[in-house]
Amino acid sequence: MAVEYWRWPEEEGISTGVDCKKTASITAGVDIGAVSSKAAIMCDGELAAYSIIRTDADSKASAQKAMDKALKAAGLEIGDIRYIVSTGYGRANASFAKKTVTEIACHARGAPYMYGPTVRTILDMGGQDTKAIKSDQYGKVLAFIMNDKCASGTGRGIETFADMVCVPIQDIGQMSLEVDEEPEPVSSTCVTYANSMAIQLMRRAPKNKVLAAYCFSIAWRDYILLQRLANQSGDGSVEKDLAITGGLAKNTGVVSRIERELGFKALPAKKGDPQIAGAVGAAILAAEMVTSGKSR
Amino acid sequence: MMITAGIDVGVKTIKAVIVKDNKVIASGIAPSDGFERKKAAEQVWDKVLQQAKLSASDMATVVATGTGKMDVSFAKNNVVEPVADVEAALWLFPPARTVIDVGAEQIRVVKFDETGKVANYTLNQQCGAGLGIFAESMARALAVTLDEMSQLARKSRKEVSINAECGIYASLDAVTLIHDNTAKADIARAVLDAIANKINATANLTNIEQPIVLIGGVALNTGVVEALKKRMGANFLIPKDPELAGALGAALIGASETL
Repeated sequence: MAVEYWRWPEEEGISTGVDCKKTASITAGVDIGAVSSKAAIMCDGELAAYSIIRTDADSKASAQKAMDKALKAAGLEIGDIRYIVSTGYGRANASFAKKTVTEIACHARGAPYMYGPTVRTILDMGGQDTKAIKSDQYGKVLAFIMNDKCASGTGRGIETFADMVCVPIQDIGQMSLEVDEEPEPVSSTCVTYANSMAIQLMRRAPKNKVLAAYCFSIAWRDYILLQRLANQSGDGSVEKDLAITGGLAKNTGVVSRIERELGFKALPAKKGDPQIAGAVGAAILAAEMVTSGKSR
Repeated sequence: MMITAGIDVGVKTIKAVIVKDNKVIASGIAPSDGFERKKAAEQVWDKVLQQAKLSASDMATVVATGTGKMDVSFAKNNVVEPVADVEAALWLFPPARTVIDVGAEQIRVVKFDETGKVANYTLNQQCGAGLGIFAESMARALAVTLDEMSQLARKSRKEVSINAECGIYASLDAVTLIHDNTAKADIARAVLDAIANKINATANLTNIEQPIVLIGGVALNTGVVEALKKRMGANFLIPKDPELAGALGAALIGASETL
């Protein structure tokens, strides 16, 4: 059996100090993405538990599995959850959810909770697309843009890359930073081109340099996307207090290069994991449904 | 007595073949190991030599081919991939006039005459790059192996289609199908059909002539082969080890006086 360099670990987490048993209102959010499915459980407005799994060919089963894992981590049953909101590509397939909300709205709500209330710009680097979102202090979406369909420097793209270069997917970012001189990005447009250009680069450049060029090409595309959002919304420059979410937010090689191009640092996630921002936002929106009395 | 070897260094796998007096006496295949390609090639080489109970000094020559042909420290010569393809195709099936080689990142369609002279040659567009790589990526999305994907596709009852022009569009289409709750078998079928469509489109750019030899890793995928047969309205000659054909061709060229 060949080594699966592309496989990232599925995980779950719990917040210490949040006791779901002594909670008035428990809600959940589930985010069924193109590559990963996430669930978050909130107890009285605090993140209690979450899960991140791979989405497989069965969208419904993936939704169920993510939810079950988070419930198990929290020590809860599905009946304990007052209200569930689903989001993501496969949001219609979470049959246990009462409401569906777009992932853009969910990220805008989840990011301020995880990264702090000052968040005004969100970059969501997902499994199969990338979104830049401008939001206000209430977590309301003011503007957003998505990457061009063909320019996706995404989770699935980097899985293929990891498999090709035989470097574990979690190590690519750190290793890409271990270069004495920053190379040119491999390609600024298309991920298929980027992969085939990386193949060519492999013939003449050392490992870390190829990884650096690849990470830079993703970072450059995302930087351009953020600039386009700023131009489109009339700001001219990207608003600070940026939250980077999604699976690729865990790639330091990509994130630090986006920061370098922008000239400022992104906010760190204080709670949870960058990949669950959509699920957390969905759980927060679920809690609002409860408090506003719309849950019935 | 003439002993030669061919080594084909691809993006995903490395293949080695030793030919003695016009007979294959040993062969091997192993992963390319990304950046460790050079070392991986040496390891495959050692294994194949052991299998043949020979040493490197017994070789009249060692000829490299494939994407990483320049990385082979022990090769004396190298040959471009289409030439190795043709040499192997003619040796395996003398009446052959076209060879289609579908590997991890390339489709090559080569038409040739009875002497092996290349008449026409087409590569896929860069957009269509990543044939084998695309298939693997989609197998990961469906959480199955490539073999399972072929098996699964047979159970498909409904025809759905995904974009065959661009790997990214194709993969976006596949994700949409997953979340629309399309049956896994139907998605598998659609992925294999998309690959067959890409190969067919490349073949259509070459004025091909039958008999056609199909080689490369994708020739092992029965689902793709069946779909391609339908589209091209032709049968294929597929050797027992289609992945080894490039290395075989290189070894045969080493034995001929043309080099």
